[in-house]
Amino acid sequence: MKILVCISKTPDTTAKIAFTDNNTKFDTNGVQWIINPYDEWYALVRAIELKEADAATVIHLVNIGGADADPIIRKALALGGDEAIRVNADNHDGYFVASQIAAVAKEGNYDLIFTGKETIDYNGSSIGGMLAEMLEMPFVSLASKFELSGTTATITREIEGGAETCEVALPVVVSAAKGMAEARIPNMRGIMAARTKPLNVKEPVEAESLTTVASFGLPPAKAGVKLVDADNVDELVRLLHEEAKVI
Amino acid sequence: MSVLIFIDAAEGKIKKASLEAITYGAHIAQQLGVSAEGVVLGQITDDLATLGKYGVQKIHRVADEKLNNLDAQVYAKVIADVATATGATVLVCSNNVDGKSIAPRLSVRLKAGLVAGAVALPDTANGFTVKKNVFSGKAFANISVSTDIKIVSLSPNAYKIEAGEGTAEVVDFSTTVEAPKVKVTNVEKASGEVPLTEAEIVVSGGRGLKGPENWGMIEELAKLLHAATACSRPVADAGWRPHNEHVGQTGIAIAPNLYIAIGISGAIQHLAGVNRSKTIVVINKDEDAPFFKAADYGIVGDAFEVVPKMIESIKKMKGGA
Ligand SMILES: Cc1cc2nc3c(=O)[nH]c(=O)nc-3n(C[C@H](O)[C@H](O)[C@H](O)COP(=O)(O)OP(=O)(O)OC[C@H]3O[C@@H](n4cnc5c(N)ncnc54)[C@H](O)[C@@H]3O)c2cc1C
Repeated sequence: MKILVCISKTPDTTAKIAFTDNNTKFDTNGVQWIINPYDEWYALVRAIELKEADAATVIHLVNIGGADADPIIRKALALGGDEAIRVNADNHDGYFVASQIAAVAKEGNYDLIFTGKETIDYNGSSIGGMLAEMLEMPFVSLASKFELSGTTATITREIEGGAETCEVALPVVVSAAKGMAEARIPNMRGIMAARTKPLNVKEPVEAESLTTVASFGLPPAKAGVKLVDADNVDELVRLLHEEAKVI
Repeated sequence: MSVLIFIDAAEGKIKKASLEAITYGAHIAQQLGVSAEGVVLGQITDDLATLGKYGVQKIHRVADEKLNNLDAQVYAKVIADVATATGATVLVCSNNVDGKSIAPRLSVRLKAGLVAGAVALPDTANGFTVKKNVFSGKAFANISVSTDIKIVSLSPNAYKIEAGEGTAEVVDFSTTVEAPKVKVTNVEKASGEVPLTEAEIVVSGGRGLKGPENWGMIEELAKLLHAATACSRPVADAGWRPHNEHVGQTGIAIAPNLYIAIGISGAIQHLAGVNRSKTIVVINKDEDAPFFKAADYGIVGDAFEVVPKMIESIKKMKGGA
């Protein structure tokens, strides 16, 4: 069985969000980079669990990015990926990124492709679906459980106010949400092994971007909190009813 | 030319998120001076013609039972067929769970640029630029779409539903529907509660509540306000509450009218997922809790005293109103 896990590089969750170049670029000054949490905690770890259950499984990682992504790719290898492919390209939209992954996927003939449910920077939640369409594969999004029996996957996905369980034959593209696995930290042996695992760099295939970022901005700050005394809860309820008009 | 709105249903009923998408799509159609049309898939029990009051003029229905459950591949093919047949230049859907599966596939099928999670009407004065949240709500971006066809998925609770007069013309659209490859075997409803992403009011609890046995008052308050319940990440990780209640940067992002945070400190990762709430109330015994900086109203006090009083007070208000 061959699994491809798509990993994206995102700013650490505590990174200061600011913009430069007339609000057209994210200010990377002083930013720590991490593997997008959904890609790492759920997609990658579930792939590793599948490999632990079946030693014949091979896990490839794919990232679209510059050489500055290598540290997070090495971390993913340390966690348990076998081999990584980095497509050397920067700053493009989801369609471009999906086109690159699709080219890698076509060459590798994977049974299973995992992405995170969304990245915590662009929140596009679209790479998995785009990729599936490009590869003409089924797509199950927001998976909170993934079980495999032979070549049939049983997947539970979150829906509004509940959960839905479905069955699908491989190959399939799945986007991973909380619940699919538990986050792990790499151990010393993994870190040592990762140094010599293959990280192949490829040049991008010809592909377009369909969208561009015109500008960024920050939401307006709150005006300030109105504190109500703990002995006067009626006043809070009155304010919510009469002033904010929300209850 | 038209704006085509994907109208999403569950168990034969139109979702609230779709009413937002219809209102939004109808406003885009007005702005562009084109018609607002809808597409509905599967067997729907709700009366479709009445959706005209939200501004959709014509609804294309594909009432094939193979469309009763979502297989994004099958759905995207049918919606793309409708879009092509009706000459749609803008496609609108909700960025809810189904929209997240379908919109990216449509983007590839129609080679149409996608803005996922729009929070405002597009600026069409000079091109087509749409505002969406990025960095999990810590910032926004204006995204320009350069393709002939544009796809916009609307962030839930970001656009107000407007109902007026009008009925929609409902027509059957015929096209081949492929057999789904994804077979739904079970649907589990979270016991009659309000879905978190659609809720107008959310009552949320953190580690300050000490243990799962103390959630009775949270649920009571939520029930009273017809609200959904949510929690911070450590609460879900500890198994006090289910994972699907975890809100924040690595959980679910929400934007209700009212978010009541009880015993939650207001860590940056938590705030990222809830700071689009229109009104935020914080109840925390520590006056230095960072959440107060992001709140509209607050009480510095013990949740175990304040929440029961709040329940009484709301009951009194509702009784008196
Ligand atoms: C990569 C990463 C991602 C993360 N993603 C998320 C996320 O998506 N969502 C999320 O929520 N967190 C997330 N976190 C965790 C986050 O950093 C905080 O640890 C978490 O939000 C704290 O939860 P809490 O407020 O419930 O608990 P605490 O920080 O322990 O706060 C408890 C609060 O309760 C108050 N309190 C205690 N007793 C009472 C009482 N009797 N009455 C009233 N108040 C009381 C205390 O004053 C305190 O402010 C993430 C962390 C990391 C590193």
